[in-house]
Amino acid sequence: MTDSTAHGRIIMDERRLSLTLERLCHQLVEKHGEFENTCLIALQPRGVMLGERLYRRLEHITGGLHPPYGKLDFSLYRDDYRTRARPIPVQPTVLDFLVGPQSIDGRKVILIDDVLYTGRTVAAALRTLYDYGRPARVELLVLIDRRFNRELPIHCDYVGMRVDALDEAYVRVVWATAPESGRVLLYPDRKAAENDLHQQQQQND
Amino acid sequence: MADTAHNQQSQLGTRHLLGIKDLTRDDIELIFHTAASFKHVLNRPIKKVPSLKDITVANLFFENSTRTRISFELAEKRLSADVVNFSASSSSLKKGETLLDTVNNILSMKVDMVVMRHPAPGAPHFLARHIDAHIINAGDGTHEHPTQALLDAFSMREKLGDLAGKHVAIIGDILHSRVALSNILCLQKLGARVRVCGPPTLIPKHIGSLGVEVSYDLRDTLRWCDVANVLRIQLERQDIQYFPSLREYSQYFGINRQILDALDKPILIMHPGPINRGVEITSDVADSEHSIILEQVENGLAVRMAILYLLAGRREA
Repeated sequence: MTDSTAHGRIIMDERRLSLTLERLCHQLVEKHGEFENTCLIALQPRGVMLGERLYRRLEHITGGLHPPYGKLDFSLYRDDYRTRARPIPVQPTVLDFLVGPQSIDGRKVILIDDVLYTGRTVAAALRTLYDYGRPARVELLVLIDRRFNRELPIHCDYVGMRVDALDEAYVRVVWATAPESGRVLLYPDRKAAENDLHQQQQQND
Repeated sequence: MADTAHNQQSQLGTRHLLGIKDLTRDDIELIFHTAASFKHVLNRPIKKVPSLKDITVANLFFENSTRTRISFELAEKRLSADVVNFSASSSSLKKGETLLDTVNNILSMKVDMVVMRHPAPGAPHFLARHIDAHIINAGDGTHEHPTQALLDAFSMREKLGDLAGKHVAIIGDILHSRVALSNILCLQKLGARVRVCGPPTLIPKHIGSLGVEVSYDLRDTLRWCDVANVLRIQLERQDIQYFPSLREYSQYFGINRQILDALDKPILIMHPGPINRGVEITSDVADSEHSIILEQVENGLAVRMAILYLLAGRREA
């Protein structure tokens, strides 16, 4: 495995990613114990890929604990729905642990996303969450925190890795089809990331 | 690559919804995909999202409607849009104003979208050529009623899964029905086989050219189909007598419990409403476990929200 692709640099390889997921799970257990009143909610679409891997690892570490887990789509609450260059398709929200009139009232919620950048995603997710009730507490877990690029006063509680990069840089978390393996790449800009993805897709075809 | 596995279409190919004719299969799939999310929203304690808070929609109903108008209005409100309503009976139309003048006046008040029902076929197409707002056809004469066809197909899909190869019968007054034409076009785009059934006087002469089967035998049609979409006898559109009496119509083409029980498999019964109970279907069929008539109404709201949302979010090239 090389430490870079055609256009990007690998800042977290498979081994490091696996260790990081393990650490994040332990941090969650340390803080939430048996998860009596805590639920995990991954953000669609990319947070879900992290969320599912994290959840399996958590089940393994805790010896079969099944905290409530769901997926949240915030597209209907985006602040750039009508202004961004390309619309994003709506994804399903699945919160099966909320049955009947039960709401998120009084629960502790851990939101999961892959990269925390401007904070606008998380802000939209919070607006979405509030239409399901009034959580007692909301925490945020991210794999990558680009801490110097925030546009809103949003912070995270569990961090896989802090990345200090220029505004135009682009961080992509790439998950492999094999469970729990993947890596994180840093590109000089979004275009480089797209070129790289395009090339890899061509190789796969 | 797991992270962009699906290359989903993200916007509609058309800036108006004038008819099913203008939609591609991918457009229909995008509408259904989005409607499923809105159905989830409609089952939450808080049934409203802020997506269209900067949008104003005018509902122009030049023809009577209860269900469709309420459904659109509720869909708009659940998306946080501002809504203005207009109905022909209380308008300046009676004072001799033209359609274009009426609509231009409303648009000067900065309206972004127009939902229109009009007795003249092609009225929304005319409007689309002359004004800037997104137009949604809520029924134009005997031509098309695209949102009804989409909600019908969405409801069938929910019950039957993929519609490819499924048999759908449209029964009743095909001649005066905009629902029939939109349904035929929509179902064919989704790969279903369509048959129309009714008295010969109420079936358009050249309908076979659309690629549908024609039958005048209700029992045979019900044996053939997986879904029976039963249409209302539109007495208000009939200027001459197309059949001797309602009683005779219901004896030949009315669906009752006895006929359904004699079939060797359960079929879905649908109806776009309003029902003439005892004419095209009896009460015990309309209220039976076969009937998904009220689910159609619920899905109608979700499908209309999806269409408003997708049109409002469309980027112009």
